Amino acid sequence: MGTIQSNVTDDAATQEMALVQAAKGGDIAAFEQLIKRYDRNVFRIAQHITQNREDAEDVVQEAFLKSYTNLNSFQGNSKFYTWLVRIAVNEALMKLRRRKTDKTVSMDEDVETEEGSMPREFADWSPNPEQQYGQGELGDILQKTIQGLPASFRTVFVLRDVEGLSTEETAETLGLSVPAVKSRLLRARLQLRERLNRYFKKNKNGDHGGEV
Amino acid sequence: MGTTAVKCKEFLSELNDFLDGSLEPKMYAELQEHLQWCSNCYVVCDTTRKTIQIYKENEIYELPDDLRARLQNAILEKCRTMKAGKAGTGTPDTES
Repeated sequence: MGTIQSNVTDDAATQEMALVQAAKGGDIAAFEQLIKRYDRNVFRIAQHITQNREDAEDVVQEAFLKSYTNLNSFQGNSKFYTWLVRIAVNEALMKLRRRKTDKTVSMDEDVETEEGSMPREFADWSPNPEQQYGQGELGDILQKTIQGLPASFRTVFVLRDVEGLSTEETAETLGLSVPAVKSRLLRARLQLRERLNRYFKKNKNGDHGGEV
Repeated sequence: MGTTAVKCKEFLSELNDFLDGSLEPKMYAELQEHLQWCSNCYVVCDTTRKTIQIYKENEIYELPDDLRARLQNAILEKCRTMKAGKAGTGTPDTES
């Protein structure tokens, strides 16, 4: 199994490098394939960071255009995707800074890294707490909840837990140390959990409390 | 307090690696043991795992097809313009 999986991954990586090489040579159809592979991911990341639809659209365009313009500087030492994500994250953070609606825009800022005290919790959630809500209502809850996190926390969370980058890839993409990524990720996860608790925790009757 | 060496604060500091399955087997077993008697850590761990799962499984920022097509066209149009502007070389810029 491991070998088959590894071969599939190698094939995908080889195919992707071929597309990148073709695009470097001016093959726009090859670059189009790269756009189609990753535009949904870039949009998702941009929307998570900027929390603004128009900004996210701009980030998608600017990230792909910058990557196209700078393709020859991509050496292939990292995956094309992580290189692209780094460009997209920087664009998204710039959008945030321009709007100045978020005070914690820099990834380098001195975010408190102390782990904090153990949350005290007595009520568990049901096995599938999200089933208590309709899809639209659940989407509103999840959006509202993640909007409340500092940008540096939600950026780490979206790259690690939504997009599935490794801790090392996330660190490389954001220019952070591995311990800094781990610390931000823990705080992001715990803060989201704390905020979702009001919607998903069981009350004394075994029902769920919290309303949107 | 239980008999295990693991305390709640230690559990919290290892929670990420515990959830991500990236712990040494010995530490993983110690944390599992801690969860058996510490209901507070059990709930925090379980609800944090569900938090991650919910965000992973429920895509809240889907790119709609019509917008996707519009963005792709706009990007490709600009790429073509850039390429035409650099017809002498036929390749993207080399600046970084």
